[in-house]
Amino acid sequence: MNPKIARHVYGWLLFTPAAIFFILFTHYPIVRSCFLSLFSNSRGGRPPEFVGLENYHYLIDDPIFWQALKNNLIYAFGTIPVTICLAMLMAVWVNRQMAGRAFVRAAYFTPTILPMIAIANIWLFFYTPGIGLFDNILQYFGYPGRNWLGNPDTALACLMVIAVWKDAGFFMIFYLAALQGLPKDVIEAGRIEGAGRFYFFRRVTFPLLMPTTVFVVFNALINTFRIIDHIFILTKGGPDNATELLLYYLFQTAFEFWDTAYAAVLTVVIMAILMTLALAQFKVLERRTHYQ
Amino acid sequence: MQIEVRSLQKNYGRVKAVRDVSFDVAEGQLRVILGPSGCGKTTVLRLIAGLEPVSAGSIRIAGVDVTLLPPDRRNISMVFQSYALFPHLSVRENIIFGLKVRKVPGPEIEKRLERVIELLGLGQRLDAKPGELSGGMQQRVALGRAIIAEKPVTLMDEPLSNLDAKLRNTMRREICALQRRLGISMVYVTHDQVEAMTMADRILLMREGRIVQDDVPESFYERPANVFVARFIGTPPMNILPLCNGGGGAALAPDGPVLYPGLDGSRFKLGIRPENLRLADEGHPAVVTGKEYLGSDTFIACAINGHEAIVRTRGMSDLAPGVPIHLTWDSKTLCLFDAHTEMRIEDAPEAEPLP
Repeated sequence: MNPKIARHVYGWLLFTPAAIFFILFTHYPIVRSCFLSLFSNSRGGRPPEFVGLENYHYLIDDPIFWQALKNNLIYAFGTIPVTICLAMLMAVWVNRQMAGRAFVRAAYFTPTILPMIAIANIWLFFYTPGIGLFDNILQYFGYPGRNWLGNPDTALACLMVIAVWKDAGFFMIFYLAALQGLPKDVIEAGRIEGAGRFYFFRRVTFPLLMPTTVFVVFNALINTFRIIDHIFILTKGGPDNATELLLYYLFQTAFEFWDTAYAAVLTVVIMAILMTLALAQFKVLERRTHYQ
Repeated sequence: MQIEVRSLQKNYGRVKAVRDVSFDVAEGQLRVILGPSGCGKTTVLRLIAGLEPVSAGSIRIAGVDVTLLPPDRRNISMVFQSYALFPHLSVRENIIFGLKVRKVPGPEIEKRLERVIELLGLGQRLDAKPGELSGGMQQRVALGRAIIAEKPVTLMDEPLSNLDAKLRNTMRREICALQRRLGISMVYVTHDQVEAMTMADRILLMREGRIVQDDVPESFYERPANVFVARFIGTPPMNILPLCNGGGGAALAPDGPVLYPGLDGSRFKLGIRPENLRLADEGHPAVVTGKEYLGSDTFIACAINGHEAIVRTRGMSDLAPGVPIHLTWDSKTLCLFDAHTEMRIEDAPEAEPLP
């Protein structure tokens, strides 16, 4: 066989197994969801009918969808900046010679290796009214306890605290790696010039960590649309949809209400959001934050 | 004295990187610390800079004991081997970084910057990022950052080792000229003996954490302290030939002419620079073993009593391997080394002229 063609065949053969799984479990479902979102549900043996954009009209008029989207945004913009600040702070803190450094690093990283379900159960104990950890502490100081997860004003914030607690240690690892990748002599040049710790962080370390920050921001954003395990344990979207996040709403629509057509619409929306974020990340990473 | 280093020691765990090093740097002097890699020369520089704590000993800069002071209080500037430029800052911001840290007023910064960019020819690229510059330009920015501080002492850690050969020559001259012009006291670390010989007012040669010789460049060439120095300085290095006992004294071959009458040849080695060996019709016999043609010179390898020696001759040579030749030399250019300690014999008698 012509060696050039042989090379092509060889390449495609290598690619095929991955391609089959990718198409079967990723690309086909995407296309199918888009397709299904244009049909009505099959009820009582009747086949689905083509309804065009009707399902999307319903979406626009659905207050719970907008509530979930709003919650998702609050969740994202409330947790990400705090998580990143904490992660950076912890990374700078453990990136130096000190006693018990390995222990401290491991401690910060522990929440990351726990399954989200386990974390949710731990925090459920913390938040339980009357006998939970927080209420115990409050009562010790003479304050009344409150129903943290049962109150629409505090429920979402409670979930956000958990997200920060879980992710800060994870993102710390990225910052730690980035800090250790900073050229040693650049740091020494700063010392020769007499730059104080804070000044050096502001003018050199922080800008040089920018690629990591971009990476972390986008991954955190994507995570807020992806990770909903704790909602199953803690609130199930309530009370009064206060902790309804998009993906959880999608789950309910599909597997509790069995409204597959509308679930397809929600899938398309979430996918559009995630794809936009992913593309934006590539664009931003390509454009700047590369210095060397 | 601008810098006084006394009994300096640095240990990394059990490894003794610097052992009992003492030397001075006079004001306005370009002092080169030379040595093979791993000899502790960079460590000495980092100890002077204050980037690492000393294990023992003291460092004084301009009369002040700085042994325990942080780098920014030692009145020094430094150029790193890899330049250590801030990759996200422009050339301008890189150069004036230290001035901003020290809160030098704006007009003063502008004045100094103008002077530095004129000295270094950086005018066109002030807004470029270091990554957009060539190695030579990055080197200039690093130099600029060091000299704009106007510190009396500048430390340089192999600043030219990342440049290509041609640029290295240019920058070598530029750094020398700059140092003379600004009257800076400079400590310059290198493993390149050519850099050391051409630039230094005085050289400190180190090996395995110790000083081997502390002298002016000419002495390194003419009066090397021992065989190591003799072989380290000069390209090609000095020929070191074992002596033996001929008829009534030390000779290069048992049947060859006696060079040192009455001397026990087995206890000494003879050193002679390739450029001090000459081809002649008469003299010491040798056999050609090979040659290297370099254009202006040819290095002829030959065997004297089975030991290899290099002869440097002008231009081309038509000598082929196996051809017997005769070598002659000026007795004054010979060095005598102790065969056991390899130290040069300070008060060696002058060799007998060749018959």
